[in-house]
Amino acid sequence: MARRSAPEVNAGSMADIAFLLLIFFLVTTTIEVDSGIASKLPPPLPEDTPPPPIKEKNIFQVIVNAENRLLVEEEDMDIKNLTNAAIAFLDNGGGTDPRNACTYCRGAKDPESSDNPKKAIISLVNDRQASYKMYLAVTNELVRAYATLRDREAKRLYNETFSSMTNRYSEWPATEKESPEYLELEERIKKVRELFPRNLSEAEPQNRE
Amino acid sequence: MSKFNKKKNAEVPAVNTASLPDIVFMLLFFFMVATVMRDDELQIENQLPKANQVEKLAEKKKVVTIYIGKPSPNFAKQYGVTEVIQLGDKISPISDVQTYVNTKRNAMDEDDKDEMMVSLKVDQNSQVGILTDVKQELRDAMALKISYTSIEGDPLRNLKN
Repeated sequence: MARRSAPEVNAGSMADIAFLLLIFFLVTTTIEVDSGIASKLPPPLPEDTPPPPIKEKNIFQVIVNAENRLLVEEEDMDIKNLTNAAIAFLDNGGGTDPRNACTYCRGAKDPESSDNPKKAIISLVNDRQASYKMYLAVTNELVRAYATLRDREAKRLYNETFSSMTNRYSEWPATEKESPEYLELEERIKKVRELFPRNLSEAEPQNRE
Repeated sequence: MSKFNKKKNAEVPAVNTASLPDIVFMLLFFFMVATVMRDDELQIENQLPKANQVEKLAEKKKVVTIYIGKPSPNFAKQYGVTEVIQLGDKISPISDVQTYVNTKRNAMDEDDKDEMMVSLKVDQNSQVGILTDVKQELRDAMALKISYTSIEGDPLRNLKN
């Protein structure tokens, strides 16, 4: 004898409906790119401001030409060596009088190179015809130089890398921003930033003949 | 007698597809959650370069995006083959950058105005010249926080090809 059972709802077309929705979302999806190299532009200057006096030795000149070649301090350089050259320059600490001396630098103390990291400026000049990917790679390498040095100092002072400090800072729960730990972290980040401020100057691009 | 009936049903049973909807729904939910509707229809080529010293961008409501790149083939007739700027969903001249940024800024909440960030999405093969012009405009518009939006990866590998 056949057993009687309640008739089942036909779910065969459920898959079709779901597929339809799935395909719609597949097509409209763009996985978002939401990170980038942050930078700050200098505010607009009045027309006839004289440039501030900066000693030649405190400037690290990086030039990118129209053929995407790199000229660092008048010398041809491969981009692989750029970070190390920038670190050597920033960390040099060649200043001798107490006002200029750098107590935490571990560089070569070459009197011909930068006095201390607070005065050291990296000047990036690029040709208008240079390609963006080269420009970004150079910027990336220079930012890496600062990041390496900040990590080192943060490690020495607080036994934690600078990047992990900033990570913790940005992921701090919004409800606990008044806590003393948060303010302390903020203070520490500021201090390390001051030791190696990012003085990255971008001149107007020029077309060199 | 069941002993003999067995032979009759020897054909391969159909695969049970009852769980197929479940699988598909699972995929569906994943994509629904991961989906970001594209606000701007791109009219230019926009292949972002790689970089590894990246920071997360600010929240979306604080970000203004400017695209730079060569017009895509469909638009090359109208706009030429050199780099152009796309603001919102249309290609615009450089002189419109300030107005665009200011309009966007005025639409933001009072608190977000100071933290506004301009995300520059520049095609990796474009020349730097136009980017510099845009940055100059941004300086004049007092939009000083910028970000070169890029994909995470080794920048040196960009340069090889």
